[in-house]
Amino acid sequence: MADGKVSDFTQFREGVVDNNPVLVQLLGMCPALAVSNTLENAIVMGGAATFVVVMSNLVTSLLRHQIKPHVRILIFTLTISTFVTIADLFLRAHLFDVSRKLGPFVPLIIVNCMIISRAEVVAIRNGLKRSLADAFGIGVGFTLALSVVGVIREILGSGTLLNYPVTPAAFEPHLWIIMVLPPGAFLTLGVIIGIVNYVRQRDRKGGAA
Amino acid sequence: MSEAPAGTGPGGAAPDVVKTQELFVSAAPHLAAGRSTRWIMFQVVAALMPLLIASTVFYGFRAILLTVFTVAGCLVAEAIANAIRGRSQASLGDGSAVVTGMILAFSLPPALNFYMAVIGGAVAISLAKAIFGGLGHNLFNPAMVGRAFLMVCFPAAMGVWSEPAIVFEGMALAAVDGVTMATPLQAAVDRMPGLAAMFVGQVGGSLGETSALAALLGGLYLVLRGVADWRPVVGTLAGAMIVAFIAHWAAPQTYEGPGFHLFAGAMMFGAFFIATDYVGAPITPAGRWIFGFGVGGLVMVIRLFGAYPEGFMFAILIMNAMTPLIERVTVPTPFGGHVVTN
Repeated sequence: MADGKVSDFTQFREGVVDNNPVLVQLLGMCPALAVSNTLENAIVMGGAATFVVVMSNLVTSLLRHQIKPHVRILIFTLTISTFVTIADLFLRAHLFDVSRKLGPFVPLIIVNCMIISRAEVVAIRNGLKRSLADAFGIGVGFTLALSVVGVIREILGSGTLLNYPVTPAAFEPHLWIIMVLPPGAFLTLGVIIGIVNYVRQRDRKGGAA
Repeated sequence: MSEAPAGTGPGGAAPDVVKTQELFVSAAPHLAAGRSTRWIMFQVVAALMPLLIASTVFYGFRAILLTVFTVAGCLVAEAIANAIRGRSQASLGDGSAVVTGMILAFSLPPALNFYMAVIGGAVAISLAKAIFGGLGHNLFNPAMVGRAFLMVCFPAAMGVWSEPAIVFEGMALAAVDGVTMATPLQAAVDRMPGLAAMFVGQVGGSLGETSALAALLGGLYLVLRGVADWRPVVGTLAGAMIVAFIAHWAAPQTYEGPGFHLFAGAMMFGAFFIATDYVGAPITPAGRWIFGFGVGGLVMVIRLFGAYPEGFMFAILIMNAMTPLIERVTVPTPFGGHVVTN
């Protein structure tokens, strides 16, 4: 739990690095696996989730003295689904193609544990500033993790980056088709999480010694 | 033979010696067979030589190069994995990575790009073996995982089947020219090559699929030396024969007979070299029978009804996943009966 001594910036950085929702907490794996096949999808998905977590933390934090403990989950869910609906309709209106590619995964942000956990752990017991710092940290961390997976999968699987070709045309027959498919998501994310764990373990050992 | 890595076989010095008063009591295996991992692996390499020679005869020097590249990919991945885990590089010398590389190479199409072969070998060792903890800890056959990766990654390149370069006189064959699938299942029946031609190796396929004869030679050597267990081999072939026979009996126009399936594709190679893998198969004798039957039956089901022409890879991977369950239901009764606990 965030104690008073931790600065808001530390709270933000926690979400991006030490407490990264995808790579460390292993939350939000479903979109991280399903829509990380291109960088564009990853960024839009990350943006939508960031919007939702920020707004949900904002509302929850402002209402924290009014919310009775036994109905808090209900309130969280209603708040989150409101903003998910807004995000979904916005994407359909302004980014129709991407929205179609993301399919049901934008509405599914409602059930993303990553977002409700921020309301439960931080927003319900902290002030507005702290809650927003936390939400931005988690949002940026989520977007970054998705983007890393997205970059790897898009370059290897499609030979493009943000839909611009980055590999020579001769590479065409050598594209790693597996990277566009679900196994590519599992392999990429698994290897990245493995590397993150390795680095964290090494840091912990180094810190203790 | 004396340099067995500790813990990998009964041949090495007992790893854990517990001093109890004046007596030294070591951990369980007290009788050493003198066989080390290294010895076993090099027996397998020796048994694979007929296949290497046969594929070189049929596909030229490229077959050897392809094998060298997959083996190199495996060894490099093994070395990197050892380095990351801070282990000694001793496992490079035990030959297990070499065997994985060779079996992978023999399951690849001859015209495959060399760098793809390297990737296949590296994936086989890193994703299927090293991640689970190295030799003896892998759930799935590394070579088959490597092949599955290549299959999904480069489906186009993995579907190019060259024809054997050498066609023996009098071996029948107007048939060879058209059919370049792993198994010529989808070809018209009248263009089907003769059984003898398929046995010797006149039909295109993976390196190790081409000559059933070479696979049989090497495989029999392994079984006779006691390196490979005969149960999964017989089980696989019998399981496949039964399914093939039933299918042929039910619809002879549609499905080839059991003899065709025995010599087509990877059946011989797979039964002797892949189904007998020590790690992925059950350790109980009854379990090995079940494993073999399952592999053989699944191969035939995939060949006859699946989208892929050959099913050995998926059959092995599926049965690997079944192995813990098979072992659970085939625990043998110990001498004197089970221990009764209250």
